[in-house]
Amino acid sequence: MTEKTAQMDPRLAAFENKITNDQRIEPKDWMPDAFRKNVLRQMSQHAHSEVIGMQPEGNWITRAPTLYRKVVLLAKIQDEGGHGLYLYSAAETLGSTREEMVQALHDGKAKYASIFNYPSLTWADIGMIGWLVDGAAIVNQVSLQRTSYGPYSRAMIRICKEESFHQRQGYEATMVLARGSAEQKAMAQDALDRWWWPSLMMFGPHDSESAHSGQSMKWKLKRESNDVLRQRFVDQTVPQAEFIGLKIPDPDLKWNEERGAYDFGAIDWDEFMQVISGNGPCNRQRLQHHVRAQQEGQWVRDAMHAYELKRQARDVA
Amino acid sequence: MNKQTLPLFEIFIRSKRGLDHRHVGSLHAEDAVQALEYARDVYLRRSEGVSIWVVRSSDITASQESDVASFYDPMDDKPYRHATHYKLPKEVDNM
Repeated sequence: MTEKTAQMDPRLAAFENKITNDQRIEPKDWMPDAFRKNVLRQMSQHAHSEVIGMQPEGNWITRAPTLYRKVVLLAKIQDEGGHGLYLYSAAETLGSTREEMVQALHDGKAKYASIFNYPSLTWADIGMIGWLVDGAAIVNQVSLQRTSYGPYSRAMIRICKEESFHQRQGYEATMVLARGSAEQKAMAQDALDRWWWPSLMMFGPHDSESAHSGQSMKWKLKRESNDVLRQRFVDQTVPQAEFIGLKIPDPDLKWNEERGAYDFGAIDWDEFMQVISGNGPCNRQRLQHHVRAQQEGQWVRDAMHAYELKRQARDVA
Repeated sequence: MNKQTLPLFEIFIRSKRGLDHRHVGSLHAEDAVQALEYARDVYLRRSEGVSIWVVRSSDITASQESDVASFYDPMDDKPYRHATHYKLPKEVDNM
């Protein structure tokens, strides 16, 4: 034990020891309040993102071009709902209830990934969401499989396993358009033009500007920085775009031989701040829809509860 | 002498921090606290784990394998739920 840890609260010393030794923190372990708050914020935000993310895709279920694309889209959206559930349950191990988390979302106190505040205007957007948005999410989530909070880490492992089909179906749908008629190819290019920059923003502010990053990295809640993950995403995605003849909408994009990575242009952080603080194209619509779905589903929950009471009464009799 | 059978408990062990608890077996005990101590004596004699869960067997509701057709079967005709279903050219297959 170092001198520093000798003077520390022994519970804090034990906690820090676990972090240092790459051990996971489990729900019944003592943890600093700030750590608990930080994980809870990150997990609830992640859970809300999975659920809100169902909306831009849900927009195209009834208009999918073929029955096949429709069942694939349904299966994917169903997965996202399940991923939300995994994450809410993991967050509930910290003592917050689902109702509290949903209320915080409705009150505007909890955030979700800002990218879902963009509209899905054409069918090509659905391919783009799978290829780019899920692609970016996977880069982030693969890294989070090693996050220091046990339930979060296990949820990430489960989610990554299921998510791999999401990106592939998105790319495959995009490939079909890119190799189709001139109009179809133009539609794919237009969707890429609109989704590229918001996808890069998904990784959050630059490391030098990120509000929570430093502490999260120290606690190993985050294992790699925003900029490292963003670079990885760019490097893997550019060749995929080139392969199907689509152009990344960035005049500054260039392979940097020395770094062995792509240099890319400046991100419009004003847009990011606008969208994240509620002024994106669909913020109000996304939240209103979530509130409405919650309200309109109330009768189902009431009916299930009434049935349960009736069943209990019958069992007693 | 009390001939009443002790309740059965199912035992779950977390072998290492970060991993799920896994079912390892069951034992009889008067109550959950006793089950925890017995589980330690029976299942953790060689440091097999760092955490134990005990659950009364009677509190577990299980699906029946005989119901498998109606319960799980529809999943078999949904191959598109698997990543391998999407054939990509080899240049971009590493996705």
